[in-house]
Amino acid sequence: MTGIVGYGAYIPRNRIKVEEIAKVWGADAPSYKRGLMLEEKSVPSPDQDTISMSVEASKRALKRAGIDPREIGAVYVGSESHPYAVKPSGTVLAEAIDATPDVHTADLEFACKAGTEGMFVALSLVQAGAVKYGLAVGADTSQGAPGDALEYSAAAGAAAFIFGADGIVAESVATYSYTTDTPDFWRREYQYYPQHGGRFTGDPAYFKHIMGAARGLMARAKMKPGDFDYVVFHQPNGKFPLRVGEMLGFTKKQIEPGWLVPKLGNTYSGSSPLGLTATLDIAKPGQMILVVSYGSGAGSDAFIFKVTKRIDEVRDLAPKTRDLLDDHKNYLEYGVYAKYRRKIRKAE
Amino acid sequence: MRDVAAIGVGMTKWGELWDKSLRTIFAETALLAIDDAGVDRIDSMVVGCMSSGLFVGQEHLGSMLADYLGRVPVPAARVESACSSGGLALRQGFIEVASGMSDIVLVAGVEKMTDVTGCEATYALGTAADQEYEGFHGLTFPGLYAMMAVAHMHKYGTTREQLAMVAVKNHDNGSKNPLAQFPFKVTIDAVLNSVLVADPLRILDCSPITDGAAAVILCPADMAKKMKKRVIRIAGSGQATDTIALSSRKDITWIESTDLAARKALAMAGRKIEDLQLFEVHDCFTIAEIMVTEALGIAEKGRGGRAVEEGLTSLTGKFPVNPSGGLKAKGHPVGATGVAQAVEVIKQLRGEAGERQVKGAKRGLTQNMGGTGGSSVVHVFEAE
Repeated sequence: MTGIVGYGAYIPRNRIKVEEIAKVWGADAPSYKRGLMLEEKSVPSPDQDTISMSVEASKRALKRAGIDPREIGAVYVGSESHPYAVKPSGTVLAEAIDATPDVHTADLEFACKAGTEGMFVALSLVQAGAVKYGLAVGADTSQGAPGDALEYSAAAGAAAFIFGADGIVAESVATYSYTTDTPDFWRREYQYYPQHGGRFTGDPAYFKHIMGAARGLMARAKMKPGDFDYVVFHQPNGKFPLRVGEMLGFTKKQIEPGWLVPKLGNTYSGSSPLGLTATLDIAKPGQMILVVSYGSGAGSDAFIFKVTKRIDEVRDLAPKTRDLLDDHKNYLEYGVYAKYRRKIRKAE
Repeated sequence: MRDVAAIGVGMTKWGELWDKSLRTIFAETALLAIDDAGVDRIDSMVVGCMSSGLFVGQEHLGSMLADYLGRVPVPAARVESACSSGGLALRQGFIEVASGMSDIVLVAGVEKMTDVTGCEATYALGTAADQEYEGFHGLTFPGLYAMMAVAHMHKYGTTREQLAMVAVKNHDNGSKNPLAQFPFKVTIDAVLNSVLVADPLRILDCSPITDGAAAVILCPADMAKKMKKRVIRIAGSGQATDTIALSSRKDITWIESTDLAARKALAMAGRKIEDLQLFEVHDCFTIAEIMVTEALGIAEKGRGGRAVEEGLTSLTGKFPVNPSGGLKAKGHPVGATGVAQAVEVIKQLRGEAGERQVKGAKRGLTQNMGGTGGSSVVHVFEAE
């Protein structure tokens, strides 16, 4: 049996409301809130980046796993906002949690599914017996161009998962990936902000791949939507995960525990992984969870986890995701937000 | 002039056709029309397309589309008159057959609009306005029609709800059209609470961005009779221009080019507006349909809003307007719209319009418009 032995989440305290962004651009806040089902999003502080958030989330995962970090044989950081174009994030993380030097490390990038890619690889290495434990993190400090629809959702956060073959809190039942070449969202080297295909990011991109992955995995596992207690989809906005859930035959009740986006925004590589941490926070032993990520370009990774008894022993060992989302919030005005996100050009 | 008949129509489902290119959409539609007409050749083709250069980076459409239809070396022309490019293509095809220059003419309209971003599409559409006097100052079509709407509301007391009723009516009709981009109903509340685009126009007052094509086969009426085809005659064709810039108009609540084009088409047909049973008109925005019904004489000047409120223009009203769902619900691939209007009227006059059939329709009219009315093309069709 292999699966998750520890998990951790990190969400910055800063928030900005949809109204505050809309006010600056003369946009109609109620229609954005209704259209995207978004209220506010998290914002990283100036000294926070993908690496620092990965370290925070990983330390929490280690607390829940209760393992010696030197037994971690693989460390993967999935993000589209790695602080360096050349120089790994994973080495800093591995060093910070004391997992070096007997460790394989890689940075992954696949738009919003880089986090689940790392999970896929770390889990596979554990299943192959190549490593005792594997750590995978999905983290992003996402950027949306000022005034673009993405600015209302591009948020920051990280989720970390340690995979292993003993002390499991959620057993991996099955995995499946669904990938095509679909250019719905991209950022070329030296470009600061990503570009997207507008409505093309919907049906032929998000919906096609999530449905392809979810249906493919359920067929392999011979399961149907009613067999799951919870389902977590990638959450680029509030509406898409609810709609794709409905199209696949899931209920809002199954989706809601991991549906963080209205108050969190889209944390890109951290999005569905954070939804999974919030779901594990409340899941009971024996319950079944389906997770389906989505990354533009495009592909979806899908996982089925079965929660074990050990969940009750570990969930209180680190902060819970909903508490990170709801407590100690610090609301920013657009000016401070613009400074924090380095949207203001200063003298050289 | 020879009498001209429409003997074949073709149209496929409209929408965001991301898996099809301009040439594919055109060829599928043209082949449907050729099949429907049962002809084994075409002598010429005319294609209406507003802006393939800006939308897909392709000009020289006549030759390209003749090639992809497998019809080279047939003579082929692409005509452009902004959003009335399709109507103009029909008129050119009509003239070609009527004059005796060609016998069997394929008339098509096509536009592929979703390969570019919303901003790029807005820019491309904006080239139908006067760039020096309107476009360069930041005006787009929603802005221009919003000014027309405000003026109409101020001058005649047209209400915000009446504008919404145009969208509700056309979506009701469109819900019965399986080829429509948005074949569903909307409520007045949904229109009034939809996203504001340019005050007072909201998103559900605006026709959408659409990929699509439509095609019609024309031939001399005598030839059609010999082929034992159901003859739908083009009884009248009229076209008129107006100043391209809204600021140069005498009255921005009145679409003069439609009035003049309709008068010419009706005079050629020897008919009055009361003689017709259905109307496909250019509702690019809800206010446009209200103003067009006035210019056609369906409603009195200033009473277009009341006409829709009183049900005069509904499917079962005295003057059914846009039984197809109009540009609002059916979609608005700009160059294809004028030809699709003809496809709808021909289907209606053949009694093949299904759930949205206007009972006993013998004569119908199409009105296709460029810009804010800088050009209008009107055709009158009669079932023999």
